[in-house]
Amino acid sequence: MAMIKSIIIQNLSKTYPGVKALDGLSCEINSGEIFGFIGPDGAGKTTLFRILTSLLIPDEGTATVDGDDVVKDYKSIRAKVGYMPGKFSLYQDLTVEENLKFFAGVFKTTIAENYHLIESIYKQIEPFKNRLAGKLSGGMKQKLALSCALIHKPVVLFLDEPTTGVDAVSRKEFWEMLHQLKSTGLTIVVSTPYMDEAALCDRVALLQNGKILSIASPQEVVAQFPHKLYGIKAKKLYALNELLKQENQVHSTYLFGDNIHLVLQQNASIEQLMGNIKERNFDDVQWEIISPGIEDCFMELMREA
Amino acid sequence: MKTAVTVKNLVKKFGSFVANDNLNFEVYQGEIFGFLGANGAGKTTAIKILCGLSKPTSGEITVAGFDVYKQTEEIKKNIGYMSQKFSLYDDLTIQENIRFYGGIYGLSNAAIKTKTNQYMEALDLHEYAKSRVSDLPLGIKQKLAFSVAVMHEPKIVFLDEPTSGVDPITRRQFWDMINAEAEKGTTVFVTTHYMDEAEYCHRISIMVDGRMDALDSPLNLKQQFKVDSIEKVFIQLARKATRSE
Repeated sequence: MAMIKSIIIQNLSKTYPGVKALDGLSCEINSGEIFGFIGPDGAGKTTLFRILTSLLIPDEGTATVDGDDVVKDYKSIRAKVGYMPGKFSLYQDLTVEENLKFFAGVFKTTIAENYHLIESIYKQIEPFKNRLAGKLSGGMKQKLALSCALIHKPVVLFLDEPTTGVDAVSRKEFWEMLHQLKSTGLTIVVSTPYMDEAALCDRVALLQNGKILSIASPQEVVAQFPHKLYGIKAKKLYALNELLKQENQVHSTYLFGDNIHLVLQQNASIEQLMGNIKERNFDDVQWEIISPGIEDCFMELMREA
Repeated sequence: MKTAVTVKNLVKKFGSFVANDNLNFEVYQGEIFGFLGANGAGKTTAIKILCGLSKPTSGEITVAGFDVYKQTEEIKKNIGYMSQKFSLYDDLTIQENIRFYGGIYGLSNAAIKTKTNQYMEALDLHEYAKSRVSDLPLGIKQKLAFSVAVMHEPKIVFLDEPTSGVDPITRRQFWDMINAEAEKGTTVFVTTHYMDEAEYCHRISIMVDGRMDALDSPLNLKQQFKVDSIEKVFIQLARKATRSE
């Protein structure tokens, strides 16, 4: 089935003094999907979002959003995208309701007209509608910002790092809201430095130093991991990881919570290595073959790059 | 085991709001102590008190053996601090930052010189020798910030979300530095939103609504809550929270 393309990005580059923020980036985003740009700070996520929302002009390359060119057609783009920047950007000295009214007014609509789009999110903060936005908690600010980004019925919603610095519970709730929004047919483009959130997207682009390392569904990214991965457990995990780093049969060894993720060099034998390890004061060591996660893939791709 | 931090009945109120609601815990020397909690649970308030920057409403608290009411200057000399939001001065170079912090903590010129060379070498900073800190990649900046935070060999170092936004390989290198520092006997008090990092701590505490609702090793907490990850422990506890920031 041919997918309708909501966003087409071709060869985008952007350089700031001394830094290549985007380096020939190309990618297509389907209509109605949740697409995630996953990468650390400095990968180029915010630069890309600012170009796609027409707030920044690229040095090279082109991009269209819903058929409109991000440079030439900036006026129509601004009317049909919703953008929630990483930094809270609403008016702190206006109330919750005043902020929402303001954004509706700017886009020549009213709260009443599009209330159905924001209802499930806005009703959670509606009891505080007379409170100044600057006095809201982090979670409430986020819900208000999302409401303001949706009130003009955008066809594409851009969310730049909505969950950074947010605790695990609030992150989970935020993603539940996004999945609800997706069911209305909205295209959602989201960025995050948390690798585990990749699994919540339909497709992801792994981004590092302005380049895409991989672009696929989270399942495909994981399926493309080129090695057999072992999960290693032992009581003295940090010391064991330091020891494994020195072994020349080891391709990579990383701590992953309560175990080590280990990849061996070709032709190396796990039985032999573990036998060796046991004799060196790690007699409780246990190992098994495990499935890689997005973070394993990201690190492998970083090593290859 | 020697204690680095002792907290008895710590209460901190802002008006009628109870930010810290009778906290009791100890942190041991050389321990990596994870300080977790939902946004608004009261972590920042407690850290400020432990760093001598804010006075508790009541309770008996000592840090590195010093009293948080009367000996805040001694506390500041004996702790290190870094956070994601503030660590180094962006518009100074690497060497200027090291010099500045060395000076603040009263290191001799010779010691500052030795430390500077040591960090340039260990963190492979030569290509950035003349750069301002604002031009450093985040990962390198955070590793340098940590080195600077422990430059004066504090008894305790407080790390407030030190790896937020850092790439996964650098994040692990950062934790290697934390482990190496703890093995030297420095106590590490760390907050994070990465639940895998919670597993690297010797013990973790989880704050909910100003209270400390859990405190144990990651393994014991998982067994107690009958789940296979700290993330699940965290979610079970933090779901009970009735307040946010």
